[in-house]
Amino acid sequence: MSKFKKKSTSSQDIPTAALPDIIFMLLFFFMVTTVLRETEIKVEQRIPRAEQLVKLEKKKLVTYLYVGKPKDKSLGTEPLIQANDAFIGIENIVQWINEEKSKLAENERDQITVSMKVDNETKMGIIVDIQTELREANARKIMYATPQKTEDN
Amino acid sequence: MARSKNKGSQEVNAGSMADIAFLLLIFFLVTTQIATNKGLTLLLPPKNEDDEPIEIKQNQKNVFKIQVNSADRLLVEDEPLEDVALIEDMVYDFVLNFGNPSNTKKGNDKMSDVDVYNTLPASMKSYISRNLGSKESSDGPTSAIVSLKADRGSSYEIFIEILDALNAAYNRIYGERVGLTAEEFRKLNRNNPKEQELYDRARLGIPKAISIAEPTTQGG
Repeated sequence: MSKFKKKSTSSQDIPTAALPDIIFMLLFFFMVTTVLRETEIKVEQRIPRAEQLVKLEKKKLVTYLYVGKPKDKSLGTEPLIQANDAFIGIENIVQWINEEKSKLAENERDQITVSMKVDNETKMGIIVDIQTELREANARKIMYATPQKTEDN
Repeated sequence: MARSKNKGSQEVNAGSMADIAFLLLIFFLVTTQIATNKGLTLLLPPKNEDDEPIEIKQNQKNVFKIQVNSADRLLVEDEPLEDVALIEDMVYDFVLNFGNPSNTKKGNDKMSDVDVYNTLPASMKSYISRNLGSKESSDGPTSAIVSLKADRGSSYEIFIEILDALNAAYNRIYGERVGLTAEEFRKLNRNNPKEQELYDRARLGIPKAISIAEPTTQGG
């Protein structure tokens, strides 16, 4: 039996002195990559997935439109359009685009990209109406924001 | 010399540092949403004053028609289609058909169908000469248009699914043209001049002509 009892005398503890450093590194990573949400999204957002995604390079030129059923049930069940913090009607999109354009530098105004985050239960009617208004406002670059499709779904 | 030191250690106790850092880490983990700036891009046609649809001017065989009704059923080239995934191959064949390649230089790139054909790699040329070249389908990539007409009552989900398939077809064409897979082409970093050059070469003369037609108001 004594043959097997030859334990090594070295300590079996894992050194944890570097643990805080590792944690700090992770912490800094998340602090740097975090973008605190500026707007509260008031519409339902279950976005359909797609495969052929393209990444937008210039983030500054992107403005966001959210479309979906309002979370607040008292507003009905018809899909609404949210721009920044408030709901806007179809007829106000041109005005909203012009406001967003005026925030950009003059030479970049034509390159404004509208990223649309649309709930998957939305009907195409409202999307087409938005597109018509965007054409009217000369904001022709649009993007349907979607998460990446994964293998299993 | 009043140097009465106390015997106790002068170090700050750093044992709980990890706990504090963990707490902060978890806070940021929970509140983070890594910004998703990805999606399917589309360029809308310019605002047209005379409201004349482009389709009328185009020869019907140069338009690949996809229609969706309010029950999310598809009509592709006037034939019902159940499986959306088939659209990718159909569009691929449609764009690269070269049924009647013209010599006229078109568009911003000043490329004709014949010029485009000459830039294709040998594998694509042999595929085209073996399987395509139908007189019933498109004349060539410079005039091919994919028209997607979705009913007002159709769902956004199916629209994205179709748009995804269309983009997949075009990315496959562009990728194969410069010897990449569709995925590699899609991930080209356009801030890198070398990759930008590859991207431009892939797209030269083959416009991504996806037209979202005005939908009918009547459910079908």
